Amino acid sequence: MEDYFRELAEQAPRWNFIWMYDERQQGKILSGIWMTINLSIACVIFSVIIGVVGAWMQGAKSAIVRGIVQAYIQFFRNTPPFVQLLFFYFALGQFTPAVVGEDGWTVTPIISNVGWAIIALSFFAGAFNVEIFRAGIEAVPDSTREAAESLGFSRLQTYTEVVLPLAFRVSLPALNNNLVNLVKTTTQALAIAVPELLYQARTIWSDFPSAQYPTMILVWVVYILLVGVLVFGMHRWERAMRIPGYGQ
Amino acid sequence: MTATAGWTPDQPIVSLKDVHKSFGELEVLKGVSFDVMKGEVICIIGPSGSGKSTLIRCINALNNIQKGSIKVEGQEVHDPKLDKLELRKKVGMVFQQYNLFPHKTALENVMMAPVLVLKQDKADVEERARKLMAKVRLQGKEDNYPGELSGGQQQRVAIARSLAMNPDVMLFDEVTAALDPETVKEVLVTIKELAQEGMTCILVTHEMGFAREIADHIYFTDRGVIVEHGPPATFFTEAKDPRTKKFLEQIL
Ligand SMILES: Nc1ncnc2c1ncn2[C@@H]1O[C@H](COP(=O)(O)OP(=O)(O)OP(=O)(O)O)[C@@H](O)[C@H]1O
Ligand SMILES: [Mg+2]
Repeated sequence: MEDYFRELAEQAPRWNFIWMYDERQQGKILSGIWMTINLSIACVIFSVIIGVVGAWMQGAKSAIVRGIVQAYIQFFRNTPPFVQLLFFYFALGQFTPAVVGEDGWTVTPIISNVGWAIIALSFFAGAFNVEIFRAGIEAVPDSTREAAESLGFSRLQTYTEVVLPLAFRVSLPALNNNLVNLVKTTTQALAIAVPELLYQARTIWSDFPSAQYPTMILVWVVYILLVGVLVFGMHRWERAMRIPGYGQ
Repeated sequence: MTATAGWTPDQPIVSLKDVHKSFGELEVLKGVSFDVMKGEVICIIGPSGSGKSTLIRCINALNNIQKGSIKVEGQEVHDPKLDKLELRKKVGMVFQQYNLFPHKTALENVMMAPVLVLKQDKADVEERARKLMAKVRLQGKEDNYPGELSGGQQQRVAIARSLAMNPDVMLFDEVTAALDPETVKEVLVTIKELAQEGMTCILVTHEMGFAREIADHIYFTDRGVIVEHGPPATFFTEAKDPRTKKFLEQIL
């Protein structure tokens, strides 16, 4: 197998599948994939939490709280995630404390570039999730809420037992789309040198131009698989959450 | 049920005095008063938009009022210091559109409030819920979701759901209005049984025959006031007010 790709690289100089036989390059690819997966999972989780909390805050009595959520959504939805990443890392990163290493001269910021990527991308996708969940919450009829109220449910019980479970089901298809976008947007973290898949791929093909085509193809394939797994999982989940006789 | 201080069962269980209610500029209730004694069944009838739903919603504080007083077991419903939960334990409500929780099975719908709100033991609640399902003649439908039940069946689940809280008073707001004629009867039979067991019921209804059969007292509302009232025997035959007469002529 390795010999096959080595020979292929010699015969066809544009088709150097270097990571099939060079262990160092292979390690880069694998760690890139691993970083992309971790980045995606962390951002998916945090953005969903931001979405639920934000949608709940949008129903707050205080106009100030609602205003803050609205400003947040407008800011993150209407600016490019690429710019957000740069801003978070280079502007806000200045103000977070750094830890001086034991040797006395290495300075490590407490939030790494990976940390900032997770923060920026979670807030970016979270802004859309707030809107998605809010639409779901609005789809729950007032009369259903009133029925809970007249049975003595508290506001919180009504929210957690009735409104959220119903709103969540309504929101799932839109959430699905947004999370797919989020996974794809993690590639932009290369702007702040997060060693995810695309970043690693680029270092490979700048070192070995002959490996450019194969590496690009690999990046395509990995994303198709990653997003495929996500979509498959979300569809399974949608199906598991389906209520017999409801909403079809 | 905890008895409210000062209230004894020989006093009205529900008492309305000069109740006024507006939505902005629109005055919907313009001074409504009546008393309901324990075990009584009263029916409220009247043209659409006359404020029947609003009236019934004020009794369990789903709507607030601007003036007057509503007491349930001697306790002022619109007292800002009132613990709403105490009120909701005493008063059950059934809606025109059933308003079941679509993501819960019929049995879960019935069990939810006692478990969550009253913190009762789940196994006990389940046993009671199954009895209630049998009482409303829905044995075998326990595990069906609301979307899998007919309108009449859903409405009977809604009645069982309210009864699970062991209320002292039941409010019914046109609970058969959304049903087709064949299923109306099965719901009415359930309500009738309840009434015969001594449950205090306040019903808004368009089913005149039913009102005549089960009501102890009938109130006719129009444009936010009670125009006329009386026991069914005299109400339907000896109506004096022209508005009542006109309404009865149209509907009978
Ligand atoms: N939440 C609300 N906000 C504003 N106006 C309302 C509201 N609820 C009811 N109304 C108005 O109050 C009036 C009385 O409504 P209500 O629902 O009590 O009438 P109803 O007698 O129950 O009529 P129906 O027989 O059609 O059910 C109507 O004019 C209605 O438009
Ligand atoms: Mg009504």
